[in-house]
Amino acid sequence: MSLDLAALRAQFPILSRQIDGKPLVYLDNAATTQKPQAVIDALVSFYTECNANVHRGAHALADEATRRYEHARDTVANFIHANDRQEVIWTSGTTEAINIVANGMAQQLKAGDQVLVTEMEHHANLVTWQQACLRSGAELHIAPIYDNGELDLNAFATLVNEKTRFVSLPHVSNALGTVNPIKELTRMAKAVGALVLIDGAQGIAHGQVDVQDIGCDFYAFSGHKLFGPTGIGVLWGRQALLENWPVWQTGGEMIAKVTYECSTWGSLPNRLEAGTPNIAGAIGMAAAINWFMQLDVNAVQAHEQALIRSATEQAEAFAGLTIIGNASNKIGVLSFVLDGSHPADVGFILDRQGIAIRTGDHCAQPLMRRLGVPGTARASFSIYNSLDEVDALFSALKKAQSMLA
Amino acid sequence: MSLPSSEEIIDDLAFFDDWEQRYQYIIDLGKSLPAMQDEDKTEDRLVRGCQSSVWLKSQIQGEHLHFEVESDAIIVNGLLALVMAAYQDKTAKNILAFDIDGYFQALDLERHISPTRGNGLRAIVAKIRHLAEQQS
Repeated sequence: MSLDLAALRAQFPILSRQIDGKPLVYLDNAATTQKPQAVIDALVSFYTECNANVHRGAHALADEATRRYEHARDTVANFIHANDRQEVIWTSGTTEAINIVANGMAQQLKAGDQVLVTEMEHHANLVTWQQACLRSGAELHIAPIYDNGELDLNAFATLVNEKTRFVSLPHVSNALGTVNPIKELTRMAKAVGALVLIDGAQGIAHGQVDVQDIGCDFYAFSGHKLFGPTGIGVLWGRQALLENWPVWQTGGEMIAKVTYECSTWGSLPNRLEAGTPNIAGAIGMAAAINWFMQLDVNAVQAHEQALIRSATEQAEAFAGLTIIGNASNKIGVLSFVLDGSHPADVGFILDRQGIAIRTGDHCAQPLMRRLGVPGTARASFSIYNSLDEVDALFSALKKAQSMLA
Repeated sequence: MSLPSSEEIIDDLAFFDDWEQRYQYIIDLGKSLPAMQDEDKTEDRLVRGCQSSVWLKSQIQGEHLHFEVESDAIIVNGLLALVMAAYQDKTAKNILAFDIDGYFQALDLERHISPTRGNGLRAIVAKIRHLAEQQS
């Protein structure tokens, strides 16, 4: 089965928009993906048919809302091959998911312990661990990358040692598109007894994530980068760890017994989900996953490879353009600079031609410093982008180059 | 060269009928904005946007406020030239009375000065107005 791109695109109402009289070419998918009608319908359906608070209501609507909401948890659990639905913790997004883990680790780390992240982190997976180390006295170590944006596996191997308590690394780099060998890296970290978190923000939308197969302890991702709503995400963690993990926020929903003097915590998953959750968000995220799962994953992956291949070939042939990040295994992202031009200027002129890209440091300031650029222009592709849109990017870039010369 | 006045800029930009000419004009304005001395581009004068950065040096000259500005992005430099046309060597009173949002709307460039843009322009306008408030 191949991908019927026209039919796929037709499911995304926003893709028929015009910007300044030109068709929108949306190439900012690493920031957030657009939403198919199925997701929009799920949100509208929830609010029009069964909005109620979950778990505590003694009425039919509350039951229905709870059913839909908890069914969404099952959908996520199946999608990532969790052992149990209780291993799926709803969060506001990847950032909160990482904060739950880093905050919990900060209470367990001590001076002399080591935490390892990589040089290609998004701030969400760097500042969190930096602060956890500052609070606990543990040391933060940074696994270096090569100039092409690939992780230096030999250096990584020497950095994991018996003092390494935690390793946190991205599935796919948001700034460069590098796909990390997470299974191999996880195995190396587990061999010294470290816990492993995979920041899956950019990895989740590109295919089959199987947390059992990866072998990690935590996997964090957001709904909105997977065709779902913003403000909802997931922390997956091994049940044995989550059962005793330090609680994150306290309040309603997450308790067992409360007195004026003390409280005891509820069981999973509620103990890590204080307060009224993002019910509609969870239901919308499940709709996105169901929508995504009915696609032919092989056809989707082949199409995504075709997009990045075409973009890379045209970029290599484009005089005066330097690709930032040339890892052999890349997906979804073409980061680049036009020689002599600031990325922001390139972005302005592309924007005026209806082409949406991101420019700047991509929430990865240390990575930009490491690569010696103030920032990059980043075109990021999703499954609904066409090869024509890749061509449109490069003709718009030609114009930008001549105007900025 | 001396920069045009805000009225001249509104006239000039109205003359162009396509976006390319308008942007080219802004790029050219950006190129003609006098560069700041490197030693003046200090951290405390830097407004860092997530897309581009702007330096602002200000001096009080009698009743007037004098500015030196520079961005690392040329189009932002051009937009800064538009801001300078409105604010340069004006009194605090004139600066505070100037309708900057209306000005950018008249130029059809309001989306560049919107608070959502990470180019530092909005922050520079706020800084200049704050300085003017302290003077008046």
